[in-house]
Amino acid sequence: MSKAPRLRQALRTPMGIATAILSALILLVAIFGPMLAGDTADRIDTDAIGRHSGTEHLFGTDALGRDIAARVVVATRLTLELTLFATLIAVLGGLILGVLPAVLGRRAGRLITATVNLLVAFPGLLFVLFLAVIFGVGTFSAAFAIGLGAAPATARLVQNLTAAVAGTDYVAAARILGVGRFRIIVRHILPNIAEPVALFVAQVAAGILVAFSGLSFLGLGVQAPDYDWGRLLNEQLDRVMVDPMSAVGPGAAIVLTGITFGLIGEVVAGASGGRGANRPEAEPVASIDEQPTAEAESALLHVDHLRVRFPGHTAVHDVCLSVTEGEAVGIVGESGSGKSLTALAAAGLVPHPGRVSARTLRFADRDLNRQAPKGTSLAMVFQDPMASLNPALTVGRQLAEVAEVHHGAGRAAALARAVARLGAVGIINPEQRVSKRPHEFSGGMRQRVMIAMGLMGEPRLIIADEPTTALDVTVQAQVLALLRDVRDESGAALLLISHDIAVVSQVCDRVVVMYAGRIVEELPVGDLADGVAHPYSAALIGAVPTMTTDRDVPLATIPGRPPEPGEESVGCPFAPRCARASDRCRTEEPVLERIGPGRRVACWDPITTAVHELEEVR
Amino acid sequence: MSTATLSGRMTDFRLGPWTSFFLRRTGRLVVSLAALVTAAFAMIHFVPGDPVRGALGMNATPEAVAARKEQLGLNDSLITQYKHFVSGLFHGDLGESITARVSVSSMIGDRLPATLEIAIYAFVLVMVVSIPLGMAMAVFTLNGRRRRSELAFASSTGAIVAIPEFLLAVGLASVFGVSLGWFPVALREGPDSYVLPVLALAITPIAALSRIVRVEALRVFETDYMRTARAKRLPTRLVYLRHALPNLLTSSLTLGGLILSSLLAGTVLIENVFAWPGLGMTIVQAILQKDYPLVQGIVLVYGAAALAIHFAVDLAVAVADPKSTIRGS
Repeated sequence: MSKAPRLRQALRTPMGIATAILSALILLVAIFGPMLAGDTADRIDTDAIGRHSGTEHLFGTDALGRDIAARVVVATRLTLELTLFATLIAVLGGLILGVLPAVLGRRAGRLITATVNLLVAFPGLLFVLFLAVIFGVGTFSAAFAIGLGAAPATARLVQNLTAAVAGTDYVAAARILGVGRFRIIVRHILPNIAEPVALFVAQVAAGILVAFSGLSFLGLGVQAPDYDWGRLLNEQLDRVMVDPMSAVGPGAAIVLTGITFGLIGEVVAGASGGRGANRPEAEPVASIDEQPTAEAESALLHVDHLRVRFPGHTAVHDVCLSVTEGEAVGIVGESGSGKSLTALAAAGLVPHPGRVSARTLRFADRDLNRQAPKGTSLAMVFQDPMASLNPALTVGRQLAEVAEVHHGAGRAAALARAVARLGAVGIINPEQRVSKRPHEFSGGMRQRVMIAMGLMGEPRLIIADEPTTALDVTVQAQVLALLRDVRDESGAALLLISHDIAVVSQVCDRVVVMYAGRIVEELPVGDLADGVAHPYSAALIGAVPTMTTDRDVPLATIPGRPPEPGEESVGCPFAPRCARASDRCRTEEPVLERIGPGRRVACWDPITTAVHELEEVR
Repeated sequence: MSTATLSGRMTDFRLGPWTSFFLRRTGRLVVSLAALVTAAFAMIHFVPGDPVRGALGMNATPEAVAARKEQLGLNDSLITQYKHFVSGLFHGDLGESITARVSVSSMIGDRLPATLEIAIYAFVLVMVVSIPLGMAMAVFTLNGRRRRSELAFASSTGAIVAIPEFLLAVGLASVFGVSLGWFPVALREGPDSYVLPVLALAITPIAALSRIVRVEALRVFETDYMRTARAKRLPTRLVYLRHALPNLLTSSLTLGGLILSSLLAGTVLIENVFAWPGLGMTIVQAILQKDYPLVQGIVLVYGAAALAIHFAVDLAVAVADPKSTIRGS
């Protein structure tokens, strides 16, 4: 597979190079250190007892006059050996404990899982101390204790990973085919969890190094005359306060080695799944001139040449859109057509790293290019009512704060208004429900709460972004009816975003069809029945089943797929999927042109019947 | 309407899931405690060789060893010993220290407050510093702003996390204790003496937790409900403090519990650096002196504390975030 080249590539990054150098250095010191510095490290010099650090002894000397720097070098091998040995025990123990529940019977498996959970809950060092008592104080038993101490955490990880793999279809298939348990582990489970476990092992090794040093530091790990870095620190503890340099050597060795283990893990992780870099894009310049019309001047919301750009692609291309006072406009399109972003841009809520630019972006009297829309005149209703309400706050709090912040209402008055609004959107018992949190409401009720939240002020425009998509069909109808009622009562305009042209035609006066970040057609809802002009709109309508749809024939679908983000095309973006496309469509992008009262289309070859009928009627 | 009856019924059953949740957790706690007690009891029997001989040393006469064994009840059958051990626990009797010849419970009563104090102070310090710090860093570096501050924060906290706690403690002691002479470096005498041990315990968790809080805060900032809060044009302060912070607290609470129990373990090392007269120093001495009843008692205390913390965190999380626990097992 491609793992080896990827690892080689990861090693070429600055971090990879640093990791390789550090690892090599530590390995070399571990291998050759004892040979080269062993004599110096063990030479007892009674004339140089407890020397401070200096030119002769880099980190000073210990209580027997031995050079600490040399002892740090020599201790590398034992420290590494013990760390690796303990890591091996941790990994083996963890693998055994972790994989067993997946293959043993249910009861035995649960017992093991429960034991592991209990052990994980127990602070690691205390478990190690406990084991150290049982095994007795000594180098080997300390390594054993630390390895076993780290096993439960490894087992927990392996268990989680194994459970995920064991639930997959291919393991189920293997089981049905009568593959033995052992074979399932070796052939199917282990290879699939190898990578994350390998990553985890690097972390475990770093943790074990620190734990072992800690144990030796306490005098419970490596015993004299042997010594590791922790033991060296232990021997220097009384002197450390007087001569801090004597602790720097072993301390730095521990930290550096620990960091190296961490880096190895990072490099392995980098090799197994790299992150793509975001490349910023040059700012395109809007280049269309058009005089603003009088109609646009009087509009409540006026958007002119709106662009929303993300690093690497433009999601909304020069969208021009107006909503007049009290009007209901629907934007229809597939996911990724830029309809939601258009709405979010109008509300000033485009998420990072999106960037909005527009020649005009005006709501009521405010230039949204410069200011945020005024407090409560713009209300938003989002797609997922569960995610859009704050799970930690009561519904009443979330409603009342609008009145508190924007109208200076007191707590009681704001809450009373919240109760009234909840009642107005059809929530039963609003006095009681107001103190509940969102999860205690059903999906449809939550969407009512969102609408009530918008009604806390005096909205002039309600932007509803796929308000019914996450709801059941019957609830959808109720929420749509509510939106209609709210509009009738408050006189607010509505901008309804939906992928469902049927939903839009029920509620709206005017439909805007978007494709690939552009408006391709705009028409009054009444004209939908007469026929649309853009082939894409026609295809959208054709995909909606009705009561008379022949159920023996497969539902009409639109061949092909919409362009991917960042996939820039020449010509009409719909051309690759369009049966009517000509050479002109593939080379030249059509402009949005007026073809009748309230009708615009961007197509070189509009469906003429629609246009003709229109001309005949008007 | 059906929704009304449904919600009414849910209110009636409200007590049900809560009680059963509480009972389940309590049951788990009891089983875990029983396992802990059994393990502590078994420990003395797992010890290779003769524990009493080991504790009294090679020079003790066989008569002395036999007498001590008799006194400790090690000649009885395992079941009798276990019964004694458990009934002793209920009376607060943890046996007698082999070396100090004082009751283990009085020794623990002596040393426990010192350990609890630094653990709790350090825990409070960790929570008070890292949640605001992590959140402030998240706001500060939101939307890829101030890349350099982000890098500085990530690398400095990363470096601190990489340094073992006991090294940090040694470093603090030598810089602030010896070189600058600002704070005492050993023993528990006066408020000044708390500064370095508490700092040494708290610094690593602060670095680790504030990193996590920052990432968690950035995740919360991206949620739909934060978008709703912004759509309501609330003042920035309200958006962060009222809408983001409570959602951060639930996840921080879980981590806080883990931190508190790891702080307990951390006291073992820190107490030995600062000669702090707590349980951590006592257990190390007891292990070195093979004073098994004392080790047993301290292991029980630490273990029970860890289990109690987990229990408390489970309940606290349940109170803060009821929807996750009623559903969860």
